[in-house]
Amino acid sequence: MVRPAWPTNSTFMLKITCPWCGPRAESEFSCGGEAHIARPLDTDALTDEQWGDYLFMRKNPKGLHREQWLHSQGCRRWFNAERHTVSYVFSKIYKPGENPDTPASSGGAV
Amino acid sequence: MSYHENWQKQWRSPSPKSSYDAIIVGGGGHGLATAYYLAKEHGMRNIAVVERGWLGGGNTARNTTIVRSNYLWDDATHLYEKALQLWEGLSQDLNYNTMFSQRGVMNVGHSLQDMRDINRRVNANRLNGVDGMVLNPAQIKEMVPIMNTSTSLRYPVMGASFQPRAGVARHDAIAWGFARAADRLGVDILQNCEVVGIQREGDQVVGIETTRGTIKSKRIGVVSAGHSTVLADMAGIRLPLESHPLQALVSEPLKPILHTVVMSNAIHAYVSQSDKGDLVIGAGIDSYVGYGQRGSFPVIEHTLQAICELFPIFRRVRMNRQWGGIVDVAPDACPIISKTHIKGLYFNCGWGTGGFKATPGSGWVMAHTMAQDEPHPLNAAFTINRFTSGHLIDEHGAAGVAH
Repeated sequence: MVRPAWPTNSTFMLKITCPWCGPRAESEFSCGGEAHIARPLDTDALTDEQWGDYLFMRKNPKGLHREQWLHSQGCRRWFNAERHTVSYVFSKIYKPGENPDTPASSGGAV
Repeated sequence: MSYHENWQKQWRSPSPKSSYDAIIVGGGGHGLATAYYLAKEHGMRNIAVVERGWLGGGNTARNTTIVRSNYLWDDATHLYEKALQLWEGLSQDLNYNTMFSQRGVMNVGHSLQDMRDINRRVNANRLNGVDGMVLNPAQIKEMVPIMNTSTSLRYPVMGASFQPRAGVARHDAIAWGFARAADRLGVDILQNCEVVGIQREGDQVVGIETTRGTIKSKRIGVVSAGHSTVLADMAGIRLPLESHPLQALVSEPLKPILHTVVMSNAIHAYVSQSDKGDLVIGAGIDSYVGYGQRGSFPVIEHTLQAICELFPIFRRVRMNRQWGGIVDVAPDACPIISKTHIKGLYFNCGWGTGGFKATPGSGWVMAHTMAQDEPHPLNAAFTINRFTSGHLIDEHGAAGVAH
């Protein structure tokens, strides 16, 4: 596989663009893990396998990963991001409820 | 005398055969140990170990070499204690100096709750026949005079657990020792051989596709650490694992100053001194999923702050090298050593931040699982199914920052 370029601004510290506050240092943020895991609606009907899948199983891709971030040392608001798990480059940053696959919300990338 | 030239090769580098009785994917310590014990304990000879890069070039070469067995729960304690007992005879068994040095491991507590947890864990260890004791600050000061045990610290040292039989070992020697011993028993070690696909016929695994061609086998064990889910994806298996970068760093070599291993979960740091003299310092994982074998500066800074606070004498030591490895972390900080729903396909993964200490034990139970198609009682609790049944083995407290 082709190894993507490393983050351009800094090799060791990520710069993350909060959709409300703008670009800030990685140390201001907490990562909340994989995004878009919807809680099953009819929980009474779930099997143990379905519960286990919802609670524990993760995609963990080597490539693009959509995940939740919290600007914990700033505005303390959650947002979503798409980031490459080898280069760590953020390709999309979008607010909760926004669809990352529509062109309008793909701004804010570093 | 040939002045360090013309050394014998430690293992052959044969071409892949078209089929094997068993294939191990991953030529790190755990994979090589699995192959060795498959040959030694279970009489199999027609075995291959396939490795994407070179032997022991992943986490085996990147860890901080700490070996201990002071876990909290019975299942985990028994598994790690089996490994520790194998460590104690490993140099003789492999006829290879693993430089296993039982210099003890000290887990420092900084609050009343830390001390309650430490007392509980030491009691649990002793009930399981694992050595351990609780030290007070005066005893710590006597053993490690350079540690700052004054009450003026932001997080004062209030005591520690100590496991005398724990210690450190030489990481490269583990890979090379297991490789040479396995090779002598006929195991084919195939380096530069990346797995790109796993072949199935129905619910039976039948082989792997690699960068060096297709290799057939109806018994395949995947022992690929940070890349476990990449391999699992090839077989259509979901795993409860996420891969994170974990860093370590070493200082310039110093004269002997620290003769045991000191770790602190609370302030998140651990340090030992290698036989070469460098301080070996471990950091925590980066919180995000990552396959880059490097870590971020904020994590190093955080760790070194803690080290300097605990050991003021180290404040002016210069750091020589820093690196990262990829660890696959399970929700309960315990490994998965398990059959899968695909017949003949076995996974040994999820060791997270602390797999090195388990290397011989991991290989030993994995070899049993693959040879008998049933887990050994020691790893029966560590199945993939525990994430369905809910029978998790929560070792976050004992796994902590400690590796």
